[in-house]
Amino acid sequence: MVLNNIEQLLEKYEDGLTTLKEEAQLKDYFKQETVAPHLEHYKVIFGYYIANQQETFTKNVPLNAKNNYKIKWLSVAAVAVLMVGIYFNRPKEDTITEADRLAYNQAKSYLELVSRTFNKGTAQVHYLGAINKAGTQVDYLKEMENPVGRILNNNKPQKQ
Amino acid sequence: MARRNRNQPTKMTQTEFLNIVMPFKDKVFRLAKRLLVSREEAEDATQEVILKLWKNKAKMEQYKNVEAFSMTMTKNFCLDKLKSKQAQNLKIVHSNYQDHNVALQKQIEVNDSLKWVAKIIEDLPEQQKMVVQLRDIEQYDNDEIAKMLDMNPTAVRVALSRARKAIREKLTSTHNYGVK
Repeated sequence: MVLNNIEQLLEKYEDGLTTLKEEAQLKDYFKQETVAPHLEHYKVIFGYYIANQQETFTKNVPLNAKNNYKIKWLSVAAVAVLMVGIYFNRPKEDTITEADRLAYNQAKSYLELVSRTFNKGTAQVHYLGAINKAGTQVDYLKEMENPVGRILNNNKPQKQ
Repeated sequence: MARRNRNQPTKMTQTEFLNIVMPFKDKVFRLAKRLLVSREEAEDATQEVILKLWKNKAKMEQYKNVEAFSMTMTKNFCLDKLKSKQAQNLKIVHSNYQDHNVALQKQIEVNDSLKWVAKIIEDLPEQQKMVVQLRDIEQYDNDEIAKMLDMNPTAVRVALSRARKAIREKLTSTHNYGVK
């Protein structure tokens, strides 16, 4: 193709006035190994466009959304059945018979007994608190350590 | 479409759906990649668009042009994504850090002039990016592009012209003194 023609087309191209056919002509021209040196950069541009047309999407798209839908509804149904089951079972468990009440009261009195004896026990162990008191009173012995520390501190600077 | 039947909605099978979608899935992907840059994100976006189409397949027969509709969907999806990403980045990214990054990338890509073109297009405003993608790579005509991007055909032509000039100017300037 005549160079003149290409230059004219390029001008039109940059004004956005070329047709798709003319743009195909341009792409064909710039596919050649050698183009006019002052148009070299167009070769890069059109080369880029041509190279980009080859890029493809290769990832798989999971379309079995329909199955997921079934599973979803199945789980909803399962939960519904479960809840209905729990609802209808509950009243039976809730009815309290005389025997139940008796057992409850008995258990309660036993537990009360246990807690009462426990409290008694802790009250008796109370005198152990005296040991703590004695401990705080012996605290003044720490004063002994102070003078020792002072002596050591005084010695150090003298050595240096 | 002649076989539209009100009482009996036509059920589209998976193969029928794929026959419609497969021819343009790459175009969706490439547009997404042009906007989102990263390959993984573009793949996710494409997947999302196809899944949305699949979910709405019952309505698909009402669309006059599924392909154009999908491209519009892709555009909207990606622009939304970019918007939310931008909002996040504003909080985290330090401007100095970004400058370093660009300089480094430039150094790495200096030798590859095709990558230069990609970089230049990346820096264009979104609308010009999309117009170049749809016209110079996907070879849609301006009327189709106008519909896809919700613009008027004149605006498409103007955006195209600006983008083409900007790409050529930037490329020649980098070739002359930026890179040697």
